[in-house]
Amino acid sequence: MALNNETVLSRLKEHFGDAVLDSYENFDYLNIEIDASRNAEILRFLKIDTQMNFIYLTDLCAVHMPDQTGKELGVVYHLHNLEENYRLRIKAWLNINNPEIASATSIWKGANWMERETYDFFGVVFTGHPNLRRILNVDHMEVFPLRKEFPLEDSTREDKDDRFFGR
Amino acid sequence: MAEQSIFGEDFIQPEERQYNTLNLGPTHPATHGVFQNILQMDGEIIMQAEPTIGYIHRAFEKLAERRPFYQVTPITDRLNYCSAPINNMGWHMTMEKLLKVETPKKVDYMRIIVMELARIADHLVCNSVLGVDAGALTGFTYIFQERERIYDMYEEIAGARLTTNIGRVGGFERDFTPGFHAKLKDFLATFPKRFEEFDRLITRNRIFMDRVINVGPISAEDAISYSFAGPNLRAAGVDYDVRVMNPYCSYQDFDFIIPVGTSGDTYDRFMVRQNEIRESLKIINQAYNNMPEGSHHADCPEFYLPPKHDVYNSMEALIWHFKIVMGEVDLPAGELYHAVEGANGELGYYLISDGGRTPYRLHFRRPCFIYYQAYPEMIKGQMLSDAVLTMSSMNVIAGELDA
Repeated sequence: MALNNETVLSRLKEHFGDAVLDSYENFDYLNIEIDASRNAEILRFLKIDTQMNFIYLTDLCAVHMPDQTGKELGVVYHLHNLEENYRLRIKAWLNINNPEIASATSIWKGANWMERETYDFFGVVFTGHPNLRRILNVDHMEVFPLRKEFPLEDSTREDKDDRFFGR
Repeated sequence: MAEQSIFGEDFIQPEERQYNTLNLGPTHPATHGVFQNILQMDGEIIMQAEPTIGYIHRAFEKLAERRPFYQVTPITDRLNYCSAPINNMGWHMTMEKLLKVETPKKVDYMRIIVMELARIADHLVCNSVLGVDAGALTGFTYIFQERERIYDMYEEIAGARLTTNIGRVGGFERDFTPGFHAKLKDFLATFPKRFEEFDRLITRNRIFMDRVINVGPISAEDAISYSFAGPNLRAAGVDYDVRVMNPYCSYQDFDFIIPVGTSGDTYDRFMVRQNEIRESLKIINQAYNNMPEGSHHADCPEFYLPPKHDVYNSMEALIWHFKIVMGEVDLPAGELYHAVEGANGELGYYLISDGGRTPYRLHFRRPCFIYYQAYPEMIKGQMLSDAVLTMSSMNVIAGELDA
């Protein structure tokens, strides 16, 4: 049976019910928001289920939305079913005060460095990761630089604030 | 408390053997870039490797959050700087998808010519340098002249050679110049012969074959699990190519095959790249001979910088010019992922726009970064000299690795 947005969504809902929090389409791409505490079992199911068969983890990154109280940090997984050429985006939102989510390294080996990068820039703690250290930044760095509160510009400057960038 | 080993808890040195620690890099002539690998060696055999990366991290994703869309293009140049035009085009196409700009067929074909030239240049660098690492300097000295000719063609189109910043959102700044046509025709006429000459020098060379066959192999399962992409994945036998799976930029119009290997070793990676150069030539020939008539840019004045002559002579063009250059064009809100087949594999752009003038979040899926993590596993149990060849054949580009 060919995969499409409806079949994937209904199969996930059938298996995980209320762990599927929300879903929407964006440029033909199905986005599914899942319960962050159950991400490992959902991702494992997406990989090993013969119908889902998402054997390829295209990308793993995070996004910081400071305005969404209680779910500021989003971990975004891009999955790809190579046989049917179907792509899927999974999102799990975390509270920034307790940004913990289960690691996907035991599902896809390639998640290792992608999770280290996400930890490095956003401070998302992947529990069960074998070697969760900073990867691109220096080890003694104390901030998570891609979070929105980390200023890009010199904070004493007044000529470059968000007004000039349309926000 | 004992300091935790960087090699992890499962690394135990047997009591009867004394391992040597060797720093390969960060600046080592054999690694072609800023890579550090701390190796545990048993004689000349690598028992464990720990790569350290990030030496040239330049915070591209953070920088992009404060840059209007056309200022992000120079950032993408500096990812895989051996094939910068592919990165530029990937970004332009991502923006066009967000802005819902339709490009004319002619733009697609022009882009394909430039992208395939970039792919040839990238593969030439990788393969000839692999020859150098194996001791075959001759092929490198000859074939680098061909890369030079490709750079001359970039210069005709965009005025730059390495970090090209080529094209614009919506198309190109100008049509291909007569100089470019002459250079491309000359290239298409003479390059195949010279390339086959290079091929004859290296490919069936007994010494080269002995040095690379069964060196640094990876199975198809592992390659997929490690999210390999591009020639490295295809060398392991997986025929995944974004140009065929998710055709962008009219790639569906062209007739070409995806070369695949079987064992995923250094020789297969070399052969896949060699054959991709031939396929790229086929694509360029088809695109050049069937070049459609039409405009070299899409009709989208609010995003496409007007020609300089119009800026000086027409009020409207001046307004658009000012608005675009000052970054005062608001982008529509949206979230999308667009991937192109870079020289190293699937180069993805994950863009979240909140309706501001700059990306809210931009993440680059950099194929190098993702497949380099398999390197320690690939060289475990191999000789030190083989590790150098493995890295060279994987085409790890420091700029793409560290973003």
